[in-house]
Amino acid sequence: MFAPMKCILPMTIIRRQRILPVAGKVLVRAGQKVGATETIAESNLYPEYLLLDIARGLGVPADQAETYIKCQVGEQLAEKDIIAGPVGIGRRIVRSPRSGKVVVASGGQMLLAISSQPYQMKAGLPGEVIELVPERGVVVESAGALLQGVWGNGRIDSGQLSILAKTPDHEIVSSDLDVTSRGWVILAGYCNDPEVLKAIDDLALHGLILGSMEARLVPLAAKSPVPIIVLEGFGKQPIGSDSHKLLLSLERRDVALNAENRNVLTGVKPEVFFPAVVPSTINPAPDFISLEVNQKVRIVRPPFTGEIGVVEEIKGITAFPAGLRTRAARIHLENGEHTITPLANLEVRT
Amino acid sequence: MTSLIDAESLLVVDVGSVTTRAFLFEVVDLRYRFIASGAAPTTAGAPYHNISEGVRLALDHLHQVTGRTFVGTDEQLIMPASADGSGIDKFAATISVGEPLRVVIVGLLEDISLESARHLASTTYAKVVQSISLNDHRKTDTRLNTILRLRPDMIIAAGGIENGASQSVLKLLEAIGLAGYLQPDRQRPEVLFIGNQAIQPEIRSTFENTMNLHFAPNIRPSLDREQLGPARAELARNYCQVCSQRIPGVVELNTWAKGGLVPGATAFGRVIRFLSKELTTQKGVLGVNLGASAAIIAAAFNGDLSLGVFPQFGLGTSLVDMIDQVPVRDIMRWLTIDLSEDDLIDYVYNKALYPTSLPVSLEETAIEQALARQALYSATRLAVQGFPGQAVYPGDGLLPWFEAIVSTGSILAQSANLAQAALMILDSLQPCGVTTLVLDQNQISSALGAAAAANPVLAVQVLESNSFLHLGTVIAPVGQAHAGSPILRLKMTYESGHEASLEVKKGTLEVVPLPAGQTARLQLQPLHRCDVGMGAPGRGGTLRVSGGALGLIIDSRGRPLVLPEDLKRRKDLYRKWLWTLGGQ
Repeated sequence: MFAPMKCILPMTIIRRQRILPVAGKVLVRAGQKVGATETIAESNLYPEYLLLDIARGLGVPADQAETYIKCQVGEQLAEKDIIAGPVGIGRRIVRSPRSGKVVVASGGQMLLAISSQPYQMKAGLPGEVIELVPERGVVVESAGALLQGVWGNGRIDSGQLSILAKTPDHEIVSSDLDVTSRGWVILAGYCNDPEVLKAIDDLALHGLILGSMEARLVPLAAKSPVPIIVLEGFGKQPIGSDSHKLLLSLERRDVALNAENRNVLTGVKPEVFFPAVVPSTINPAPDFISLEVNQKVRIVRPPFTGEIGVVEEIKGITAFPAGLRTRAARIHLENGEHTITPLANLEVRT
Repeated sequence: MTSLIDAESLLVVDVGSVTTRAFLFEVVDLRYRFIASGAAPTTAGAPYHNISEGVRLALDHLHQVTGRTFVGTDEQLIMPASADGSGIDKFAATISVGEPLRVVIVGLLEDISLESARHLASTTYAKVVQSISLNDHRKTDTRLNTILRLRPDMIIAAGGIENGASQSVLKLLEAIGLAGYLQPDRQRPEVLFIGNQAIQPEIRSTFENTMNLHFAPNIRPSLDREQLGPARAELARNYCQVCSQRIPGVVELNTWAKGGLVPGATAFGRVIRFLSKELTTQKGVLGVNLGASAAIIAAAFNGDLSLGVFPQFGLGTSLVDMIDQVPVRDIMRWLTIDLSEDDLIDYVYNKALYPTSLPVSLEETAIEQALARQALYSATRLAVQGFPGQAVYPGDGLLPWFEAIVSTGSILAQSANLAQAALMILDSLQPCGVTTLVLDQNQISSALGAAAAANPVLAVQVLESNSFLHLGTVIAPVGQAHAGSPILRLKMTYESGHEASLEVKKGTLEVVPLPAGQTARLQLQPLHRCDVGMGAPGRGGTLRVSGGALGLIIDSRGRPLVLPEDLKRRKDLYRKWLWTLGGQ
């Protein structure tokens, strides 16, 4: 049975492919140890070109302009370098307005690729480069504890874990943060306070792990330079008991946050990773676990949103009070209660 | 192409963004019939990253339902059907999975060619990420940088009426040609040129080495004429091509379909256009398909189709886009439960995280139906702008007269009862005059459209069968009367000779029993110059109407529909309306 899956693993091996959106340059070699924030590849993601009208600048017909051009295709120019001329009694010249490389010159025009800061892709987790993908990226392998979330703001950083959420239903307010938080990765519960997101920027936190967050804070969180990962969902939801228990045991440990936003198609999820030295016999984190009896699950929809339990029975088509008829499962919740839930509303936890 | 008229069985697979469905059609008593369907989650995403697994699971499900085997031990379709009953004679497929195409539109003038290019882009699963025109005053290099940074999947370039502008069009294409020159072959976007056909040879010779060029007839052959049809077909082919490149398994599916894979929206549009021809009416046929990937609005008038695909109003992962596009208060007006704006936004974000999840409680159902109403309402209002010129409107901001409205999509087809489905359709579309509501409960419309390309007979025969559910005829008077004033007198004469009379007051929703399979003669007399689409405001007449699952529905709640701000009153009204329609 097919169901969305989330990994909450105290010890595992993970392999993550880190690929540039466009072809670029891989900066590491196979076998190299990398840190989470180390640049492993770069590319010119936001290229900038200038089209220069040489003929107009020189005041000559387009078909004559090429004869006055002083540089060649592929040549690197500095700002104010002379590109073409002089022409005529006024000795008109055209200078390079910016530093860049000549890409093409034709028809009295020249295309200049402006030197720009390349996009630098970070490793996202500490580990070893086990495979190179030419011009595109690498595969990094690492071992340790892994927790996956549901939303991330795209940032990457690492630090040590400090726990504000002593209980799963913790709610963070801005006064919880002060100078002693500086440089830490903070674990908090539910966030409904925009001031918290401003404070983490001011205090230069290395990361914020939240159990849940109000969805209206998403635009603000998305802009934060600090990696933010939401573990469970939007609106007030407790941290899953399995995640919370694991995180409590990892207080003050080194942690890497890759807050990539979740993508259903690519399977990418934001991840919290605690590197550790483990025996080589540990199994890799699974890509897929089927929904079966005795499987641990979390309910993702009301009325038991966030509750964790175990599948006791997979039932056939079942009718629900609002009229829905669909396949369902009987779940034994952690608090001892039982509930019948549509299979579609279950997330497999491992 | 061989006609399917000789075939005895047809299998159609529809790969949606959430669900993959397999439909079996077969000849029974010399007529095509819809036999059964199977469904499975679409597997384009993790962990499979290949749609083939979802297709296989959907076929397995269909096998469980029908007992028929479709795939051999070699994992290939058994085609044609064999003597032992396994396999099928023909296969067709539709697709709507994946991110919408990222499209840059290019045109000379903002309100002419660029507008037509925008209309064309809206006929498939696409998102316009940038527009370039003569009016935007950006330099060529600024346009070039924009294209390179956006990395579109496709560029739709229009401009120049037939034998009109040429140099200005070529000038606009400069930046696109340069972008192509600077990009590796595999990263170049597809470029669809749909402008002045006279310059096609020059475009081909100038840009064929730097662009992946495609051509279609001019979408704006003259200033006052827009012609989207041929370009729409070419865009649909391009959409499938891009899907083939980026979604594993699509190539194999298209091979099974012998290259005939079509976008789900295109196939849906075909069925609606087809119905508009079959019904031979002055009024049009409206089709709405509300799925996870998009809201699709198809309106056809005598075979002239307007197709609108709105990914921003899909009920799947793109739900959060709706929050960006529509004020939350607009969604709140449909709610019948007490919910804060923040809670609604949280709900939308959580639903987008788990698009396959289902509402269990009455409260969740109310939220999802409110979202569906707003999605259909917003998509229809956008689509109306592109409706054909022959559409006749009863008033500003209102829907044109339609003879029939065909609705589908999981939230409508699988609602708890027909009353809920009908009320969602009536609230969001707000049809005017006399129309019939048809519900495609089996969600076979797109499959029929895919099949109809090769064999219209199949589509006709299946549509004539009882595969679609006739909900009922709707009478919706349009006028300015006060709430509570009588606006319509009607007399219905049943086949049995029995008569029923009713005076309808403004602001009410009434049902007159008329079971499916029966017809009746209906005499209408609008009051207060209300318009029921019989030629002019206040004009009445007699017509024959067909029965349906809900009977004859008289929706005199007003156009546009204005719901009470007060939640309790709104809740009471909805309870009453649902009860009137036979639901709860």
